[in-house]
Amino acid sequence: MGGRDTDIVLLDENGIRSDGRKVNETRKVSIKAGVLKNANGSAYIEFGENKILVGVYGPRDVHPKHMSDTDTGILRCRYHMSPFSVGERKNPAPSRREVEISKVIKEALEPALMLKQFPRTAVDVFMEILQADGGTRCAALTGASVALADAGIPMRDLVAGCAAGKAADAIILDVNNEEDQAGQADLPIGYMPNLEKITLLQLDGILTPDEYKQCIELGIDGCKQVYEIQKKALQEKYFTNGGTD
Amino acid sequence: MSNEKKRHVIPGEVIVSGQYRAEQNTVLDGDKVLATVIGLSDVHDGSVRVIPLTGGYYPKDDDLVVGKIVSHSAMSWEVNINSCYAGMLPATDVFGRDFSSHSDDLSAKLSNGDLIVARIVNADKTRDPLLTISGRELGKIDSGELVEFSPSKVPRLIGKRGSMIQMIEGATGAQIIIGQNGMLVVSCDDPNGLLKAIKAIELVEEKAHVANLTDQVNEMLELKSE
Repeated sequence: MGGRDTDIVLLDENGIRSDGRKVNETRKVSIKAGVLKNANGSAYIEFGENKILVGVYGPRDVHPKHMSDTDTGILRCRYHMSPFSVGERKNPAPSRREVEISKVIKEALEPALMLKQFPRTAVDVFMEILQADGGTRCAALTGASVALADAGIPMRDLVAGCAAGKAADAIILDVNNEEDQAGQADLPIGYMPNLEKITLLQLDGILTPDEYKQCIELGIDGCKQVYEIQKKALQEKYFTNGGTD
Repeated sequence: MSNEKKRHVIPGEVIVSGQYRAEQNTVLDGDKVLATVIGLSDVHDGSVRVIPLTGGYYPKDDDLVVGKIVSHSAMSWEVNINSCYAGMLPATDVFGRDFSSHSDDLSAKLSNGDLIVARIVNADKTRDPLLTISGRELGKIDSGELVEFSPSKVPRLIGKRGSMIQMIEGATGAQIIIGQNGMLVVSCDDPNGLLKAIKAIELVEEKAHVANLTDQVNEMLELKSE
């Protein structure tokens, strides 16, 4: 953050970014629902170069028992980066960053889930980052919401994630790794498109109030694009002929 | 109010807006009715519901379930009913009111691994669902093949007024006990009939979302009987 000097041209004179995208374009997103046999619900998402596998279990018994709540079900999330997900080997033990991301994703999913229907149970979401390239928290959130729907857990809406940010003094959509490292700001957003509510909002960097507004608008627009792909993934699994497996 | 055609919906999708009652698997947001699960929407006489295509079994009062005895304590059996809650079958239900934990041995009546057909007496979620096996057609299952089925697709297997299940039973000569929890017990004197019935059940599981499923199953059953 803060605009470190690098050799990379983040935005050329034609308004094209380092990976060939326009400023208001997301990376290519593809999602497949129901990829794991042993989990109750699952999804595999490719968000540009990010590759993430999500498994959902539950509602099921809570262990340890003292964590259970007699009024509501609880949600537990684990965001984890594989040792091979980044250039240098990552220690597989949960880092401070992973613990934080697990927490914010949990809080971003909770408003969508209707866990009051299942007191004394837990829903577990496991997100495994197989390959990381910036914006993994948004991608993991997007995949997790598809996996939860696949598990049949009642939800008010799907949650779509997409980041907006600022690099080379321009407001850009879907910040990739280079733009995150060398850019000026990164603003990940989690959004429920039908309820029109934001469930995740973080900001790393500095934005003026005007830029912030632009970022939010652009980010929400990105989330809506991601939502269409989430919808397609679920329809593909459940409603195309050949059907559910 | 008009009765719309069934539509494929995913969580968050608006089914209808206006004066409607939000029933099973839907939620009201202002005057919009949203789906909460993946399934088929059903708008009927001003009420809206979604028939789910995925998800586990959640115990309801008066449901008929097939369960497997997991363990027992001095006063009750614990029964796996294919749900996030374990079923509780009190010993008094089997031994009667003069049950004594000193003189009666629970494992003599039902041991671990036994299958039972039970009815849910009370499922208020503050405690584990209470079962009973006293009643007609309830009790221990002595023979048959256990088939696991998706709980969300059980209504499809039964069909309108039992049309689907009657057709399968009629064509194969098998008796099928359907637990609302997705556990089925198929029994048949003729081994071929048994296999055919299981095949038909698997077909329903695979193609639950297809519209003219009854015809397809009928076709399969007739083909096999030639």
